Amino acid sequence: HVVHGPNLPLQEMIRAIRSARTQCEERGVIQRECAAIRAQFRQADNGGRSHNLAKLLYVHMLGYPAHFGQMECVRMIASPRYSEKRVGYLGAMMLLDEKQDASLLITNSIKNDLSHSSQYVQSLALCTLACMGSAEMCRDLAPEIDRLLRASNSYIKKKAALCAVHIVRKVHDLGELFAPAARSLLSEKNHGVLHGAVVLITELCERNPEALERFRKTVPDLVQIMKGLVISGYSPEHDVAGISDPFLQVRILRLLRILGHNNEAASDAMNDLLAQVATNTDSTKTVGNAVLYETVLTVLDIKSESGLRVLAVNILGRFLLNNDRNIRYIAMMSLQKIVGTDHIAVQRHRGTIVDCLKDPDASVKRRALELSLALVSASNIRSMMKELLIFLSSCPLELRAQAASGIFNAAERYAPSQRWHIDTILHVLTTAGGDVRDETVPNLIQLITTASELHCYTVHKLYRALLTDISQQSLVQVACWCIGEYGDLLLKGDCQETEPVQVTENDVLDALETVLQSHMSSPATRGFALTATMKLSTRITDNVDRIRSIVSIYGSCIDVELQQRAVEYNALFKKYDHMRAAVLERMPVIERNSPGHTNGESSGELVKEVQPVKVKEGDAAPTQQPANQVCDLLDLLGGSEEPLKPTSAQSGPAPGQPINTSNSSGGDLLDLLGGLEPVAFTPVTVYEKNGVTLTLSCEKQSDSSMTVTLTASNSTDSDISSFTLQAAVPKSVQLHMKAPSGDSLPAHGTAKVTQTVVLNNPNKVGMHTHVKLALTFKAHLYSLYVRK
Amino acid sequence: MMRFLLLFSRQGKLRLQKWFTPMSEREKKKIIRDMTTMVLSRQPRSCNFLHWKDLKIIYKRYASLYFCLAIENQENELLALEVIHRYVELLDKYFGNVCELDIIFNFEKAYFILDEFLMGGEIQETSKQIVNRCIESSDMLQETMEEYMSKPAF
Repeated sequence: HVVHGPNLPLQEMIRAIRSARTQCEERGVIQRECAAIRAQFRQADNGGRSHNLAKLLYVHMLGYPAHFGQMECVRMIASPRYSEKRVGYLGAMMLLDEKQDASLLITNSIKNDLSHSSQYVQSLALCTLACMGSAEMCRDLAPEIDRLLRASNSYIKKKAALCAVHIVRKVHDLGELFAPAARSLLSEKNHGVLHGAVVLITELCERNPEALERFRKTVPDLVQIMKGLVISGYSPEHDVAGISDPFLQVRILRLLRILGHNNEAASDAMNDLLAQVATNTDSTKTVGNAVLYETVLTVLDIKSESGLRVLAVNILGRFLLNNDRNIRYIAMMSLQKIVGTDHIAVQRHRGTIVDCLKDPDASVKRRALELSLALVSASNIRSMMKELLIFLSSCPLELRAQAASGIFNAAERYAPSQRWHIDTILHVLTTAGGDVRDETVPNLIQLITTASELHCYTVHKLYRALLTDISQQSLVQVACWCIGEYGDLLLKGDCQETEPVQVTENDVLDALETVLQSHMSSPATRGFALTATMKLSTRITDNVDRIRSIVSIYGSCIDVELQQRAVEYNALFKKYDHMRAAVLERMPVIERNSPGHTNGESSGELVKEVQPVKVKEGDAAPTQQPANQVCDLLDLLGGSEEPLKPTSAQSGPAPGQPINTSNSSGGDLLDLLGGLEPVAFTPVTVYEKNGVTLTLSCEKQSDSSMTVTLTASNSTDSDISSFTLQAAVPKSVQLHMKAPSGDSLPAHGTAKVTQTVVLNNPNKVGMHTHVKLALTFKAHLYSLYVRK
Repeated sequence: MMRFLLLFSRQGKLRLQKWFTPMSEREKKKIIRDMTTMVLSRQPRSCNFLHWKDLKIIYKRYASLYFCLAIENQENELLALEVIHRYVELLDKYFGNVCELDIIFNFEKAYFILDEFLMGGEIQETSKQIVNRCIESSDMLQETMEEYMSKPAF
């Protein structure tokens, strides 16, 4: 294909450029042509100017520089010839935005052309001004535009209206200028003019609340116009698939939305019309749905009556079933926006929304997920969670984190039982463990500790999960923690909730060692596994030596964290063996947001609400509690929802007095150290129930410190073992607990356990104390709180 | 309002660009790159709506050309699809069974038609017939005797 010399006619040049086989060849053609164009620009008028500029504009569109054409545009616009003006103005719109200095030079031409005898020349000027007019140009030409808005033909009026819109966007104050003309344009019949007028009024109302007030009066007129469009017969000029001028309808609906928003009167005036549009618009084609969509948006944003709102939400519900995925998508978006305010109405469509989780389109899936999560409630949690978990197992990768997080939140808020909650979290960890947040592990551990009757079930389940797959770090970490903590329950084998399985000590240690050695395990996970192994040393009987050797091997591990742990555990075996049992004992229920809950985050108070731990026990009858509160064996104060209250100084009860178990405020009976009033030095029984007695005696050491001695004894006919006391006090108080005399309370009160506590209260704050008893009685573990 | 309209081929070659707000050449180039990448990588049976920054992107493919329209957040997406379709109809009426080559070789006409249909980021004329009539009349204006005297060989 032969390439001609420079200065080709436009279409020839295009052909030449397209036939270039390489980028280099193309550049060559363009360079030659641009040189010729430049030369032509320098020459006087030769009649070929418009085609040269057109060539330059084509080259510009390909991405090549064309700024040398700017002045040519200015010259062309000033030409008397229409063809030159046409290309000149086009060039101005493409090359001369308001940032270019040369743009100001065309202001005069525009001004002249706005009053040109030919409407097509006027049109060029108006179009260009609306496209690239700077604020300065707008200010300059605004009065002209206003004149044209009032006195010209429809062709010019409609363009002047949009020009006015541009001017108002550039120079907000000029809105005032156009308001009267805009108002009167609403009585025109020409659709183009009406459309322009509605756009202009919308712009004025959005920018100026006063204008909005004034234009509210146009609501009846707008309703009239809409009615005309909806009811009128077929109008060939404006018909689109049976809808009469959908573009105009949508703009009017949008303006009505703005005028009716937060205004009862205006909303009332448009109510019937909206109902009419909603019911009569044909929804078989996109164009009808576009109008319905705008109607729905308007109904939901004004003060519409409830019947109309329901109608609108139902339209969205119908949209969800539409074959067109665009329509399903926007329905989902709109429902998302109103799920907070019209929750019940949206709930009615929950089934359809949940089905959209299976939609092949990724955007629809994403919306369906967000909406489904928003619709979860206490009454539908089980069925919804089923769907959400199915979704999680097959959802696109980019949605997994969001789905997992949403599932956790929903589970936390609405879990029907603790077992369900734990099962759900485990399911998520198995399916999408890599996509969950870091806090999931401590949160799950915290949850597991509170569900003490499920410890056996949980540890069995986690053990089985560990045997199947050790790649999901969060799951492995929780499993290791549980095995370390509840390994004894695992070894016992019998568990009411799951199938019995024989697990030997070596099996368990094998599982943990596999985690320790696996290259899939992260350093944090290995830490969990090592600690769990160590903890098992107090829960197993035969293979402690194996643990000793594991621990000693890791004492030279290259990972510093593991090495440190191993060295410390080694020391625990060697030098501090007598403390090992106490150090590795069963952990208490971890409070939400307590310092021990998550690393690094500590809350303001030391301990918040205390929930007594539920115990399964044959002996003691539950105290009278409301049915929904956990049965608390050794509850002292009767309620579990007592906030910490400062109590005034009281002296303790006389020994032997029965403890009041009612919900007395502040627990004055048991105020141990209120203020710094002298407290009885004689031992005071602070706890006496079911055979366990705890007495307390105090000795004031100084103005701000005191020694408290706690004595425990056991009058039942079974031994109590692993008896420990812990105490918690307000932050500013210092507490030193000395070592207890022992940890077992033999039956029939043959021996006692004493523990000394030193309290220092330098700020002399009100004292409140929590004391926690942990003990093993008849093979059951109890953790109990004495609260004040 | 609409912010920009782009037409590009399946190979990402730009055939038309209309910007309704002022932007530097660099910004325009970046947006063109972003749009072509985003739209061309969409799955065949996806939804025609995308989110990009604070705008909604409506795109539709007609034969070998992608039409990509950016609208502000309060605009009606379904109507935007109708806007794109209307423009295609106008081109089709003018060129008679319009194809990509018509838009390549007569790009300035494509712009003239667009400028009768949209203005300042808004719809200017809602009647197909009126737009067509105006384009024809404008074209006729170039055919007057005076124009003829200095008519270049296009």
